[in-house]
Amino acid sequence: MTARIEMTGVSKAFPGVRALDGVDFRVEAGEVHALMGENGAGKSTLIKIMTGALRGDGGEIRLDGRPVQIGGPGDAQALGIGAVYQEVNLIPTMSVTKNLTLLRQPRRFGLIDWRAARERARERLRRLDVDIDVERPLGSYSVAVQQLVAIARALEDDTRVLVLDEPTASLDANETALLFKIVRDLKARGLAIVFITHFIDQVYAIADRISVLRNGRLVGCAPTAELPPPQMIALMLGRELERAEERTAQTPSAVRGEPILVAEGVGRRRLMQPFDLSLRAGEVVGLAGLLGSGRTEVAKLIFGAIKSDSGAMTVAGAPVGAASPGRSLHLGIAFCPEDRKAEGIVAELSVRENIVLALQTKRGVFRRLSHSEQQALADNMIEALAIATPDAEKPVGQLSGGNQQKVVLARALASEPRILILDEPTRGIDVGAHAEIVALIRRLCADGLGLVVASSELDELVAVSDRIAVLKDRRKIGEIEERAINRQTIIDTIAGPSS
Amino acid sequence: MMNEKYLPLLATIAVFVALFLLGGALYKHFLSTQVLGDILADNAFVITAAIGTTFVILSGGIDLSVGSMIGFVGVVIANLDLAGWHPLASAALMLAFGLGFGALQGLIIDFCEIQPFIVTLAGLFLLRGSCFMINLDSVPIHSPFVEWFATLSIPLPGEGELRSSAVVMLVALAAAIGIAHFTRFGANVYAIGGDRTSAALMGVPMRRTMVGIYALGGFYSALGGVIYAFYTSSGYPLAGSGTELTAIASVVLGGTMLTGGIGMVAGTLFGGMILGLIATLIVFNGTLNGAWIMIISGVLLFVFIVLQRSLVGSLRLRGAA
Repeated sequence: MTARIEMTGVSKAFPGVRALDGVDFRVEAGEVHALMGENGAGKSTLIKIMTGALRGDGGEIRLDGRPVQIGGPGDAQALGIGAVYQEVNLIPTMSVTKNLTLLRQPRRFGLIDWRAARERARERLRRLDVDIDVERPLGSYSVAVQQLVAIARALEDDTRVLVLDEPTASLDANETALLFKIVRDLKARGLAIVFITHFIDQVYAIADRISVLRNGRLVGCAPTAELPPPQMIALMLGRELERAEERTAQTPSAVRGEPILVAEGVGRRRLMQPFDLSLRAGEVVGLAGLLGSGRTEVAKLIFGAIKSDSGAMTVAGAPVGAASPGRSLHLGIAFCPEDRKAEGIVAELSVRENIVLALQTKRGVFRRLSHSEQQALADNMIEALAIATPDAEKPVGQLSGGNQQKVVLARALASEPRILILDEPTRGIDVGAHAEIVALIRRLCADGLGLVVASSELDELVAVSDRIAVLKDRRKIGEIEERAINRQTIIDTIAGPSS
Repeated sequence: MMNEKYLPLLATIAVFVALFLLGGALYKHFLSTQVLGDILADNAFVITAAIGTTFVILSGGIDLSVGSMIGFVGVVIANLDLAGWHPLASAALMLAFGLGFGALQGLIIDFCEIQPFIVTLAGLFLLRGSCFMINLDSVPIHSPFVEWFATLSIPLPGEGELRSSAVVMLVALAAAIGIAHFTRFGANVYAIGGDRTSAALMGVPMRRTMVGIYALGGFYSALGGVIYAFYTSSGYPLAGSGTELTAIASVVLGGTMLTGGIGMVAGTLFGGMILGLIATLIVFNGTLNGAWIMIISGVLLFVFIVLQRSLVGSLRLRGAA
């Protein structure tokens, strides 16, 4: 039986990195095929070659048995290969209609028929049960809606292969369930679906077959039923790993010192209701809540990336006037943002330059770090965090997602903060790097750092937090202490009647 | 429901109407189709060039070669007129030249990945230098066709008239609106300006579109040059100096964002007319120094940019929330 899409001997080398090395990958029609692998394993590269965003150095691609050349994204679309990438790759300034119909607008007498285009856009969204005003700019909608629009766009009538690269990263449970329902429908219609995710549960919920990449090579391919999670993770990591993160014994409260951060009634109209929050040295405070509950807003308000219009904050007993990112850095507060691509890294700058950014800001323009100091700092960080890069001079944009996240973390740590705010520290990161980052968080606290962690993954929060602030609808609705922390108490708090 | 897309355009039209009414309140005879017709005719060449610039700016680029193109086109037409060419033939030649020159600029920008600023700055020097290679002085065009063309007009209600240059400009504008909003090329321009990387991933043909954008820019600049040459019946090597900046100002006043992706071609007409209206107001006053034209234009430009900034800011914030 011929596969819907079959890639044989695909290779790709980047300067200093062999991203793919003779990979064979085949997906049948009517199959959901999970493509797994650690950061930098070559998943993204393989997908980009399949969708025409990159050209492979060698190898062959066959679609329904016929050899095809994919020279660009346009070719892939014409062949019926659609893709939805991890970060929404649509045009935020254009309307939903325009995004959905770009390059294939219905035309009458050579001119675009916008009435028909709008109708087509609505119809596409209806298939996904999305009902929004298609005339408004895409950028005015939430990331989750934008993601659904991206999926709607990738689905053509003649789509034969659909690639979903971390489609659930910014979706909440309901939206994920809806997406899976759609994926099953598409599967029933005979589409070949390639599914990339770092949520292992989701793989087993939806995939028929799993292929695992490691260091640019295919290390395993088996039906889902024959590859239980421990084996798969072992394949991904090349070593056995305890999957479940148990709550470790935390330092008793007694040894912790005075609060180093106290926020009272801090808030901003329309974005976040005033909230109180305190943080002691060596403590991890988790921010839990559903999508849109205000996790990111709390993190940004504390850091000063969003200006508060009420309340007051003290850091180590000293009142903070108007919080701003620059001032926060001087006070020893560092922040790793959620949206790595837009707010975290400067993609064109090298790993070294990215790492020294915050420290240089803290020191000011006149106390410039010498090149050798920068070099030493960067090398230290690369080693300490195990950042996979050939050297410190590689532009950050060329690293894989997990390694970019580590660079963001390295930059925050380089400024030697007393308080570190992590917003979604493990988003879009695979199991191995995830465990490393969780371990790192624990190590940091042992060194007396105060940590605020906002995350959509409850297990992660349960694993690392000493105290959890629960948020709902842009309000803080409760705090859970120490022993009471587990999945259920958090869920109960969120589900409980909001006073 | 109101779409925020139209807000900048409405703001521009409101400013235009307000300025026009202000003129009417201050001076007798100001509020007439005659003044309106004059503004359209006098600024037809700038607005035409600015229409081309609108596409370039919508794509996130910039075209500095506009003014030099206007000068060059005029000088060549005047010299071809001396050599016995029919003005329409030389105009057609120069329109083709503008298209080709712009396409070349677009190709260099895309192929060599050089900033449009530098490439079109080189174009600016190249064309202006060429003007002086051909002529140092103004060359009159004596063609009877040009004289006849200049007298053509459509009467407007009231005393005013829509002169031929204004008609050409309005036709060019209508074509541009069609291209921007009703062709796939136009949609691709907005996509590239909105997010270049995403546009490429969505399959927008980058090279073809970039070449097309600058070719269109070159074509409209050349058309502006033809209008200017016919309107002034001469070719002058310094003609159009600085017009590229007036064109950019018209585009921005018309509600198009310099960062690309947001704006409407129709806005540029009003942006250009606002600048013309300010000049007319100062002239009507009679006592004010001509320098006020630039000062007031500058202030207005500044206000508009701040206005756009806050508009886009509110859009982004809601998207992030």
